[in-house]
Amino acid sequence: IYFLLLFVFRTYAIRRIRDAFRENKNVADPAKIEELLNKAKANLEVIHRQVTIGQMYSTEKLVIESPGNT
Amino acid sequence: MDVQATTPLDPRVLDSMLPYLTAYYGNPHSRTHAYGWESEAAMENARRQVADLIGADSREIIFTSGATESNNMAIKGVARFYKSRKKHIITTQTEHKCVLDSCRSLETEGFRVTYLPVKKNGLIDLKELEAAFQPDTSLVSVMTVNNEIGVKQPICDIGEICRARKVFFHTDAAQAIGKIPMDVNNMKIDLMSISGHKIYGPKGVGALYVRRRPRVRLEPLQSGGGQERGLRSGTVPTPLAVGLGAACEVAQQEMEYDHKRILQLAERLVTKIMSEVPDVVMNGDREHRYPGCINLSFAYVEGESLLMALKDVALSSGSACTSASLEPSYVLRAIGTDEDLAHSSIRFGIGRFTTEEEVDYTVQKCIQHVKRLREMSPLWEMVQDGIDLKSIKWTQH
Repeated sequence: IYFLLLFVFRTYAIRRIRDAFRENKNVADPAKIEELLNKAKANLEVIHRQVTIGQMYSTEKLVIESPGNT
Repeated sequence: MDVQATTPLDPRVLDSMLPYLTAYYGNPHSRTHAYGWESEAAMENARRQVADLIGADSREIIFTSGATESNNMAIKGVARFYKSRKKHIITTQTEHKCVLDSCRSLETEGFRVTYLPVKKNGLIDLKELEAAFQPDTSLVSVMTVNNEIGVKQPICDIGEICRARKVFFHTDAAQAIGKIPMDVNNMKIDLMSISGHKIYGPKGVGALYVRRRPRVRLEPLQSGGGQERGLRSGTVPTPLAVGLGAACEVAQQEMEYDHKRILQLAERLVTKIMSEVPDVVMNGDREHRYPGCINLSFAYVEGESLLMALKDVALSSGSACTSASLEPSYVLRAIGTDEDLAHSSIRFGIGRFTTEEEVDYTVQKCIQHVKRLREMSPLWEMVQDGIDLKSIKWTQH
């Protein structure tokens, strides 16, 4: 579903999620882990909703997105 | 790559706004039913979110239609309120057009304004600021981060100076909020302008921070039902205010992460361009700046032609609000840039969503076109032959 988001938001989401995972990989406290998981679930719902909206109001691809640009 | 002009709405911000654009459409000032109550609750929550970002109390935040309105309110409002005893205002030459224009209109009302010059690096001279104070100075207005060259003024020092002389200090923080840490108490700021669409929030909303202790009094610009503590009448646009609040909250959470990334990307852009292309000048101080706003002058190349050549990258030379006129930017003129270099400057904006590929693409195209345009330039040929351009006597035909 990521591929349906606007290019800049898609790259941001992938990058931000990966970095957040790395940053929090050493968290051991179960309460903190649960809090982070809940936040992550909420963010996932946001992404789902925004993807639907993005599909409805889409625009042309950026020059960066099309391979083989000069 | 033009984030100083505006930014896209962060999806998280849009998500928080949509309920208030659809189902929850109540007027926050309606006291008598649930539509109003829930709308008011959202508005107050947003107010708290904005206040948290700058270390203020939520009662000190007034929602406006944008930083231009906030600037107008702050400058004209404070000046007019205290006009019986105080008639002098200090600002700088590199402020945003709305600040300069507000000051100009106040001059026609009989106020005196000192426009402080800036040094070559874009920063004001604190000694000059101190010397500019007069017994009837009511306000000092200095922007935190400049929207054209990205320099960061010494706000803490200016705050100290103003507080010591009991003069109100206003700062236009539209480009700084949510990008660098701001605290109105540490920095001794009395009034601050905030813009929604510079921090991945909606267009058409902003805020003005007005200090309560010691109390800053303002004459309101907009008369009406007395909303927003009587300082700004008019229905507060709940969806926009909620968007601004969400944008501030997201910015607070992401500030460190974004700053690190933007710094990295900015260094990449500047290093790559400067290593490949000679005779490039960075306008503004190298150190005291916000990394995401880079203004480079490419000697012997015309700025507009470079912009047209880079047609698939969104860039600008100078700021959006002055782009209609053909004159080079007044900010560049204030920092002492030569006329010809001022015409050759481009502003690169890097933001939260800018990717490495976008930076690399822009750099590559920029280098390619600068080289091509220089090949075509007779001035460049002459420089290559060792002729000093300043010694040429141009004749009329």
